[in-house]
Amino acid sequence: MSVELRGAGKAFGGAWALRGLSLAVAPGELVAVLGPSGCGKTTLLRLLAGLERPDEGQVLHDGAPASARALRARNVGLVFQQVALFEHLTVAANVGFALSVRRRPRREVEARVAELAALLGLAGLEDRRPGDLSGGQRQRVAIARALAASPRLLLLDEPFGALDPRMRLALRRWLREHTDRSGATGLLVTHDQEEAFDVADRVVILNGGRVEQVGTPAQVFEEPASAFVMRFLGAVNVLRGRVDGGRAYVGDLEFAAPAGEARAPAHVFVRPHELELNLAAVPGSLAATVARLVPRGAAVRVELSAPPHGERLEAEVDARRGAALLAALRPGLRVHLSPRRVRVFADPGAAAEPDSLTASEL
Amino acid sequence: MLLRVLPIAAALLVLAGLVLLPAAAVIAGAAADGSAAWWRAVTDPGALAAVRLTLLAAGVAVPVSAAFGIAAAWSLGRFRYPGQAIVLALVELPAGVPPVVAGLATVLLLGAAGPLAPAWRAAVPGGIGAVPGVLLATVLVTFPLVARELIPALQRRGTAAEEAALTLGASGLQVLTRVTLPGLRASAVSGAILCAARAVGELGAAAVVNRGLPGAAATLPVHVAELHRRHALRASLAVSSLLFAVALPALLGRRWARRLRAAPAPGGGR
Repeated sequence: MSVELRGAGKAFGGAWALRGLSLAVAPGELVAVLGPSGCGKTTLLRLLAGLERPDEGQVLHDGAPASARALRARNVGLVFQQVALFEHLTVAANVGFALSVRRRPRREVEARVAELAALLGLAGLEDRRPGDLSGGQRQRVAIARALAASPRLLLLDEPFGALDPRMRLALRRWLREHTDRSGATGLLVTHDQEEAFDVADRVVILNGGRVEQVGTPAQVFEEPASAFVMRFLGAVNVLRGRVDGGRAYVGDLEFAAPAGEARAPAHVFVRPHELELNLAAVPGSLAATVARLVPRGAAVRVELSAPPHGERLEAEVDARRGAALLAALRPGLRVHLSPRRVRVFADPGAAAEPDSLTASEL
Repeated sequence: MLLRVLPIAAALLVLAGLVLLPAAAVIAGAAADGSAAWWRAVTDPGALAAVRLTLLAAGVAVPVSAAFGIAAAWSLGRFRYPGQAIVLALVELPAGVPPVVAGLATVLLLGAAGPLAPAWRAAVPGGIGAVPGVLLATVLVTFPLVARELIPALQRRGTAAEEAALTLGASGLQVLTRVTLPGLRASAVSGAILCAARAVGELGAAAVVNRGLPGAAATLPVHVAELHRRHALRASLAVSSLLFAVALPALLGRRWARRLRAAPAPGGGR
């Protein structure tokens, strides 16, 4: 089913958790909702599930107001972040709950429970109580329970949090396949960028109850709409400079910038893999000192300092292609940085933001 | 070492002095004249009537407290509305009122000049006796006991399981019967046992009602006190031993209910 939010907002005790949120999700689409904690991700899911009523705007299911239909008729599967299993029921009764409250024949319920238990690796645990399961097993029971009535909209609130990395990867892959196979619409709330990019057709980035950007994973990563998105998605270097009439300056470097203010301080963002290292001075480069080399498998992270434009910078050098360069690098060496690609945002708050959000801490 | 031994020794000493010694004295006193005398005392018509009335009082108090408790917990633990704090305080109030006062209130309400007397006279053929008075007084003293166990349990558990049931398509009634109530079973059992024990052991209210309203209606504690007042010490001890027979299963029941509750909290994986 298609779901749509039209200017939807929700306030708790006078404070808006979500504000003026518009988002349309097509049938069969899998959308990841990304954002820092407290950004309104869970509230968004609860609005879509019908557990909260919007204080402004509308929530539409298949084009009609969601509140027009009873929760049961909407057939939404919601996997809660806190799992919320029925502790007094067995695993089988938990998984079969949605069917048994719909008074389906017992044989049908049992068959569906067996099918889901096999699918999620819960076979043999059907008679256990949730209290006797591991965290990962509990989360899989919660997913199986939400799937039992074959929901046309599946909402998952950080469903893979308590799982070990291998199981997380397996369930991610399963979620993608399930969405493709069943044609159900899916929304996955996560704070894990990798998870979002891995499974989602589109990504919604929320911040402070508002949408920062909606787009495909490639779009939001390559063309971030705001400084927040740039900082939120992966490591990023922040260079202190200034803007002046559509140009941005960092030392001797000059970049195109959004037209706007004249002579204002600005932050220029460079991803570590787009910051090139040169041993010799080249035109349009920034002098820096190597602080540390950190091998990270296929790439080596080079930590640099280039005052006054940025104290804690990072460059990522491919271990194989940059082998000759890496062999020459050592702490204390003077190098020259030339950003291959920068983003400059007309961000009035940028100048005031603390420097702690540099690449090494993201 | 000393730090461990001293408190344990102190606790054992207090237990021995305050629990074991009096209990042993009662049981020894009850058994002192032999089993025939004990049997005579507990099968005396007055004692049998007291047993019947006591069981009746407990049998009325527990369902009333359970029904009120579930309704009160549902409305106080699940929803927010203005004036809720006052209602919560009212639920707590009877626990702070001495039972003697509850007994006096019953006498005032049901006594010959009381406002409820005409209604009672019409409803209960044979006029107002002490028996309905005892029942009412017992209910007055015990009705919040189940609610006082359920409300904190409900608040502790949160709403996640109920919300999950709603999204899975359960109706409001199904949420109540399949999720909320089963989840509260342990607390409800615990509260009901507390209520039954209180109903059986209640003396203050029952004694006042027994004196204040026409007709004899002695519960077991009242009967024990009465025997003792008439210097029938052995008989009073024999009847007291019956109260032990009630207290022990109640204690064991509480322990069992606590084990039910010891099931892991929602969300607590391993």
